[in-house]
Amino acid sequence: MTDPLLHIQRLRTSFKIKDDYYAAVDDVSLEVNKNEIVAIVGESGCGKSALAASITGLHNKERTKMDGRISFKNKDIANASINQLNQLRGSEIGMIFQDPLTALNPLMIIGEQIEETLMLHQKMSRQERKKRTVELLKEVGIPRAEQIYYQYPHQLSGGMRQRVVIAIAIANNPSLLIADEPTTALDVTIQSQILDLIRKLKDEMHAGIILITHDLGVVAEMADRVAVMYAGQIVEIAPVIELFDNPKHPYTRSLLQSVPSAFDKQERLYVIQGVVPPLPNLPREGCRFKSRIPWIPEEVHEKEPKMHEVGPGHFVRCTCYEDFHFIGEDGGMNHGAS
Amino acid sequence: MWTFTFRRVLIMIPQILLLSIVIFFLAKMMPGDALTGLIDPNIGPEAIEAQREKLGLNDPWHVQYWNWITNLFQGDLGQSFQHKLPVTEIINQRLWNTFWLSVLTLILTYLIAIPLGLISGRYNDTISDRIITGYTYIGFAAPVFIFALLMLFIFGFQLGWFPTGGSVTPGTVPGTWSFFLSKVYHMLLPALSMALITTVSTVQYLRSEIIDTKQKDFVLLARSKGVSETRIYRKHIFRNSLLPIAAFFGYEISGLIGGSIFIENIFSYPGIGQLFLSSLMQRDTSVVTALVLLFGIASILGTLISDLILSIVDPRIRMK
Ligand SMILES: Nc1ncnc2c1ncn2[C@@H]1O[C@H](COP(=O)(O)OP(=O)(O)OP(=O)(O)O)[C@@H](O)[C@H]1O
Ligand SMILES: [Mg+2]
Repeated sequence: MTDPLLHIQRLRTSFKIKDDYYAAVDDVSLEVNKNEIVAIVGESGCGKSALAASITGLHNKERTKMDGRISFKNKDIANASINQLNQLRGSEIGMIFQDPLTALNPLMIIGEQIEETLMLHQKMSRQERKKRTVELLKEVGIPRAEQIYYQYPHQLSGGMRQRVVIAIAIANNPSLLIADEPTTALDVTIQSQILDLIRKLKDEMHAGIILITHDLGVVAEMADRVAVMYAGQIVEIAPVIELFDNPKHPYTRSLLQSVPSAFDKQERLYVIQGVVPPLPNLPREGCRFKSRIPWIPEEVHEKEPKMHEVGPGHFVRCTCYEDFHFIGEDGGMNHGAS
Repeated sequence: MWTFTFRRVLIMIPQILLLSIVIFFLAKMMPGDALTGLIDPNIGPEAIEAQREKLGLNDPWHVQYWNWITNLFQGDLGQSFQHKLPVTEIINQRLWNTFWLSVLTLILTYLIAIPLGLISGRYNDTISDRIITGYTYIGFAAPVFIFALLMLFIFGFQLGWFPTGGSVTPGTVPGTWSFFLSKVYHMLLPALSMALITTVSTVQYLRSEIIDTKQKDFVLLARSKGVSETRIYRKHIFRNSLLPIAAFFGYEISGLIGGSIFIENIFSYPGIGQLFLSSLMQRDTSVVTALVLLFGIASILGTLISDLILSIVDPRIRMK
């Protein structure tokens, strides 16, 4: 097998809060290949965006510590200089952000914001840049591209703005695209159009894509592989069909359980109890999911949970998956899943 | 854009009308008038009463207001009791002095505020930020008049680098180059004294705007495009942070008016701030009223300028 496009090894990203550093991403290893969509799922605050921004070192240097290795096309980029990173950002690695309403500069016309990335990474005349920008706008499905070129972000709808953000991300034909919840802020019809656009990128440009989302429907539709994150760690990673058919980790199983299904008419949805604690209070000893499944005996958890291979390309963190059952399945206390 | 400007200017008419009414009544409410405590005690009360009648001071208020406002529109602001001259003439002489002093002060204010705010916001929590923030705290704590007195004492009297009064060296011929230089030379110390103090709020404002802007999503997106840090500040952060400062411009002008009263008196600078204080002391009502009206109009114009600047730089307002 060829080397992966992106190879993250034991990445830890810690933020400074008051005077101490707290890891928002902890011991994350992940590979992304050319022509592959890897989805990252996990509830709010589990560190998905922190991971995405770590890849090209977008975090504020003074308040962030990063350990581990990140190689992109076999070159180490975790320790790259800011100039080297700036050459990658926007050209080799494109990014799409969570909130299209705030992602564009309110005082710059759309055309200028797209042209900026062309100007930085390609030798083009002014006319060529403008021509390419209008092409890009058409490519992402924006009607009246020539007029939109001169408009300001506030004149466009959320869906249109997200298309502009995508146009910026793909302007220089990146080989890796990081899409951080590209559709969360949009309504459903727009959502599927945006997802189609992202899939086209894979099909036409054979890019590797990291797709962050909390929507398991999106995962099923789009992903080749899925990584499930909990409290800064990947707790399970598997090919998409394997993950849906044969989920192992208690957290993954709870996530799947909490999705409304068209087939079985459950009266109540399963709700995972508790929330992800704020960064400084994150559990860092033993299995991080432990406190949310208190009915599972202490002994089944590993002291220092490691990733275990349970199938081809299927890894699970901690041994507790072997003995996990939903509350009520045997304890007699009848709440949670019915 | 033009309809916005037109509407914006239209709003000013009721504003100014209201202002004139308020000022008229405030002037009436001031204890006494120019004839109380008259200079010559030998003039009998009947004579004073006759004088009152002649000046229209006994007419009902609306008649008085009407007379005042119609005269105003004809450029007649009345007579100064103190100077025995038309008010317009007295103000006119000094208005330009104050105008240029304010312009210079504003220029200095922004010349100081923009680089300091920028450094302080961009490199927040570093030594240079701490020093700049320290300066702004001192600026907030120090009253303008005490600081100005100190400046006058040190640079005017002790070191003798600057003139200590007046607006121009006597004897220089208006219109010549040396006249212009002498004017600027006389304005420099008062303007600097005021600017150094009034600038601190702008510095702090700009600092917090920049700190705020630099963690906005669109800045992160710009970084993800590979934009260099220098360009990020120049193209993305700076312009967005300056917007609210432009909105402040109007208040800055009202602040200047207040400040000019202190500054002009301390530096014996013949402007309307100095005129205002002396007229107030002498109960020269017609001058005081005219000046308050002028100050009010200047403030209203200030906010107009702010809005227009904002509408030019902010597409979100321009389009409405
Ligand atoms: N720059 C930062 N400084 C301090 N803490 C941060 C910073 N960025 C993120 N965090 C914290 O790190 C944790 C993970 O945040 P992150 O934004 O990665 O979550 P997420 O998984 O993307 O959530 P969501 O689905 O809501 O976007 C959160 O507790 C967050 O408060
Ligand atoms: Mg996020």
